[in-house]
Amino acid sequence: MIEVRDLHKSFGETEVLKGLSTTIEEKEVVCVIGPSGSGKSTFLRCLNMLEDITSGQVIIDGYDLTDSKTDINLVRSEVGMVFQHFNLFPHMTVLENIILAPQKVRGLTKGEAEKNALPLLGKVGLKDKAQAYPDSLSGGQKQRVAIARALAMNPKVMLFDEPTSALDPELVGEVLGVMKDLAQEGMTMVVVTHEMGFAKEVGDRVFFIDEGIFVEEGPPEQIFDNPQNERTQGFLSKVL
Amino acid sequence: MYVFTTTNNYIQILPDLWIGFLYTLLITIVGVLIGFVLGALFGLMRISKNKVIYGIATVYIEIVRGTPLLVQIFFIYYGLSDLTGINLDKLTASILAIAANAGAYIAEIVRGAIQSVEKGQMEAGRSLGLSSRQTMRYIIWPQALRRMIPPLGNQFIISLKDTSLFSAIAVTDIMYQGRQYASSTFAYFESYLMVGVFYLIITIPSMLILRQYERRFERE
Repeated sequence: MIEVRDLHKSFGETEVLKGLSTTIEEKEVVCVIGPSGSGKSTFLRCLNMLEDITSGQVIIDGYDLTDSKTDINLVRSEVGMVFQHFNLFPHMTVLENIILAPQKVRGLTKGEAEKNALPLLGKVGLKDKAQAYPDSLSGGQKQRVAIARALAMNPKVMLFDEPTSALDPELVGEVLGVMKDLAQEGMTMVVVTHEMGFAKEVGDRVFFIDEGIFVEEGPPEQIFDNPQNERTQGFLSKVL
Repeated sequence: MYVFTTTNNYIQILPDLWIGFLYTLLITIVGVLIGFVLGALFGLMRISKNKVIYGIATVYIEIVRGTPLLVQIFFIYYGLSDLTGINLDKLTASILAIAANAGAYIAEIVRGAIQSVEKGQMEAGRSLGLSSRQTMRYIIWPQALRRMIPPLGNQFIISLKDTSLFSAIAVTDIMYQGRQYASSTFAYFESYLMVGVFYLIITIPSMLILRQYERRFERE
């Protein structure tokens, strides 16, 4: 589903990603952990070209993102993304947030898009908030709307960029719950997170990234209970 | 006192100022509307990554902001007709001048408002597969427009007052009408007092509406 080959990314003189390679299979849930500034968000943002790739290749569902002939908008429409700060459109209602892209990108009518949107709102537990504006929602509700908005495009992959980091602690659970349901339904997911409990419970594989390289990867039991690398051990001893 | 012995002048000047009032309003409203179209265009050009497009907009804005409006109206009314052989009438020249002038200032308002929309909004739109043009149209522009309204209202008031300079090419606006009345009656105090009042008739309600909008805006 996702193949990354020797991915490098520099911001000016600073090299943030120093040659990442991996393959992520369909229906796999991969959690990316690591200290702040390690490049984990940048890695995720390269997967849908929100960051230009300096060198290397990212291939998603057969599309080579670095090939200039690839229609990047088409690829992005198949790759859902959820942001740390939700990035809901504040001038639109919850429902309008969700139906915008299906209408404008997929060409659905308003009626069709709404018909698809309502079950998604039900799925994230916000059926009664369809006509609300984002400002009137709590952080957890906003993030669940953002997830529904991404799902409305029927993506093949979902990317989560620290989806619970901006939430009050008591609201984290409701968002993780929705993500867990998604994982159980077989969604392919890449999740950058500080929630080690979630990574342990839901992740099929965990990547530990530090200073722009994958230091260690493996099933959660191995990473959390029996880390091989010294840097992984050091990081985990601080966060667990 | 002289002022109170000539109260008739306050009445007699009214028909003249009424004509001026209509002209001033016409020039300002049509001019600022065209200026908004120009401003939106140049404002978008100012955030273009294309250096040529950015350069054209920057040169335009700097020329307009760096020269007096009086020079601009003389250039358009006398200078351009000299060059092209087309004689613009005074009204058209006035509208064009205030449009070109307001356009440059509005371009900066538009640029600022667009850039004030959080970067995450563009990213969210693009991540859903919307093109950058679609994201601009459906997500960034509507948010920017709401932030533009207060500075646009200010620009309207500024442009309205600026049009008084166009009396220099004898367009029959409030200022010109007042000056004509003053010089034929020598009632300078009454004339210019009433000229001021006529400008205030437009500017004070405009400011009140603007303040109302800002208050509503802050609450949201």
